[in-house]
Amino acid sequence: MTTTMTLAKAITSGLDAVLENNDRALLMGEDIGRLGGVYRITDGLIDKYGSHRVIDSPLGEAGIVGTAVGMALRGHSPLVEIQFDGFVFPAFNQITTQLAKMHARSEGRLNVPVVIRIPYGGGIGSIEHHSESPEALFVHTAGLRVITPSNAHDAYWMIQQAAECKDPVIYLEPKRRYWLKGEVDTEAPALDAFKAQVVRPGEDATIVAYGPLVPVALAAAEAAREDGRSVEVIDLRSLSPIDFDTILESVQKTGRLIVAHEAPTFGGLGGEIAARVSERAFLSLEAPVLRVGGFHMPYPISKVESQYLPDIDKLLEALDRSFAY
Amino acid sequence: MPRSAAEALEQDLIQILTPEGKRQSHSLYDAYLEDVDDDMLRDFYRDMAMTRRFDQEATALQRQGQLCLWVPLRGQEAAQIGSGRATRDGDYIFPTYREHGVALTRNVPFSEMLRLFRGISGGGWDPRENNFHMYTMVLAAQLPHAAGYAMAVNLEQHGWDEAKRAAEGEAVVAYFGDGSSTEGEAHESMVFANSFNAPVVYFCQNNQYAISVPFEVQSKVPLVSRAAGYGMPGIRVDGNDVLAVLAVTRWALEHARSGKGPVFIEAVTYRLGAHTTADDPTKYRMSEEEKLWAPKDPLVRLETYLRENDLVDDAFFEQLAQDADEMAATVRRDAMAFPVPPLAKSFEQVYAEAHPLVQEELAWHLEYEAGFADQAADGEK
Repeated sequence: MTTTMTLAKAITSGLDAVLENNDRALLMGEDIGRLGGVYRITDGLIDKYGSHRVIDSPLGEAGIVGTAVGMALRGHSPLVEIQFDGFVFPAFNQITTQLAKMHARSEGRLNVPVVIRIPYGGGIGSIEHHSESPEALFVHTAGLRVITPSNAHDAYWMIQQAAECKDPVIYLEPKRRYWLKGEVDTEAPALDAFKAQVVRPGEDATIVAYGPLVPVALAAAEAAREDGRSVEVIDLRSLSPIDFDTILESVQKTGRLIVAHEAPTFGGLGGEIAARVSERAFLSLEAPVLRVGGFHMPYPISKVESQYLPDIDKLLEALDRSFAY
Repeated sequence: MPRSAAEALEQDLIQILTPEGKRQSHSLYDAYLEDVDDDMLRDFYRDMAMTRRFDQEATALQRQGQLCLWVPLRGQEAAQIGSGRATRDGDYIFPTYREHGVALTRNVPFSEMLRLFRGISGGGWDPRENNFHMYTMVLAAQLPHAAGYAMAVNLEQHGWDEAKRAAEGEAVVAYFGDGSSTEGEAHESMVFANSFNAPVVYFCQNNQYAISVPFEVQSKVPLVSRAAGYGMPGIRVDGNDVLAVLAVTRWALEHARSGKGPVFIEAVTYRLGAHTTADDPTKYRMSEEEKLWAPKDPLVRLETYLRENDLVDDAFFEQLAQDADEMAATVRRDAMAFPVPPLAKSFEQVYAEAHPLVQEELAWHLEYEAGFADQAADGEK
């Protein structure tokens, strides 16, 4: 059955399905109960499942993630909400030193299937600490899986796949796309959450993007078509692990690769993808892998964020450079 | 009238066995010691002595280069044996990295505890077997886990009446120290546990030092006075008195189990030795201070009581010393015989489900290492 819904509503429906199907699953976070979360992602779930499964927590991110670890050790499956990307850092110790390592430290005996939902990314005209893209910090941490949907259908399924995964999963929600509507097939078998997807086929160049930049990449590919360039767009979907096979297959065909993310390019995922592609598809490349991303600065004030964020023009400029090489 | 909060609390220090080895009665806590017979008293001494001997052997192993590090507990045996013996099998324990005595009460074999310190394992034992969690090196990080685990216990015991809770209810003991009491995660843990009435007993061993920094830098007031701020009962107990620790921990566990929420215990003790084998207490404290605490040694105190009441004879101590030496020899033999797992094993333990990057790196690693085998084979030709 296919339904049109916003990406936000798709996450809500996905969480509803998780709670419905798994008695051990529960939600916890700041303001997620009565209010339904600042983005209303958990709206209505407390009425359906009760305050013991949709828990309004005290204000404390280390406490939220740390208690979720404890619940998971007891055999529960907590899905916690961090209110904004910029507020995850008080929980960073719990995520990196505890959650990510528990399975390894116990020599594989203990599983901590905690899902951490984080709205991320900019372009919403907000004040500081509300527009960040900290994904590289989590991707760099072994033991975590990091995924991010770019459309409603994926949002619906990937949150359920995250909940079913035995490993801890960071589920990054592209907050400026919460209101993006799409078709959700609630019956179709989901694509593996840890695989990338070619969302637009092309022959001449490849753009790899994820989360909030997938619609931008698709629009850039459409604009490039008018210049006679056929651009393939890959939605990465999973940031750890990264599905390099899909990227390599595409690059071997097109010979040109642009990686785009809102996060700063320096030390970011674009560099990792560029390095791997140059190691494995060097002779297929017609041009160096180019990155389009944020600058090496704190996320800027919102009045000028449009100059910071990758947009269609920046992607087209990168394509020009690639083709001119 | 007490002149300060500290003085008032000094008067409230719960003590059953005085440092001179005299037993005092207590209006509330005597009821929690009614089953303690002569055999149990001898067993407590034995537990403490075995723990101390193990600690001594592990320290020696580190000095001989056989352990990466060791964390001595000398002086804290009563706090650990008394609290550990108050728990039930179903209770879950979150230790710091110094709870070797509590581990004994949970039947975790001493030798298993050395895997971590010998660099053989990141954990060492199966926490599910004895409900004794792995040691946590990051100070206070285990405290939110304890609150969450106990919140989950509450969810599972929802609707239980008082009798069922008393009989079958489970609780959590969260160990920490005066140093980690100042970490933010200690605070958040206590807020969460109190807000959700989670059955946690916060057991703080105030051993007076966070490595080199004295207690006064961690807190202006006795730690127990923080309990009221979270809305839970606080108990300050003589941590070198095994009976007092046993009694107050039993009370606290009963309170937590019954659904009344967490309890904070500050066990006042003293780290007679170094923080770790990498530490040097002569740089930050006077030997005079150590001499002041020596007579309060938890083992000396119980020995005096046992001897003065004719519950033991010299043969008891001779036999115990012999048993302890045998245990130490076994622990040493076991530790030295631990096989070193290959790095390849570490790849398998990063994720619970298959992860392509880890699989790829493992394949590369195995091929690379196998190359050396070829070289060795070539050299033999």
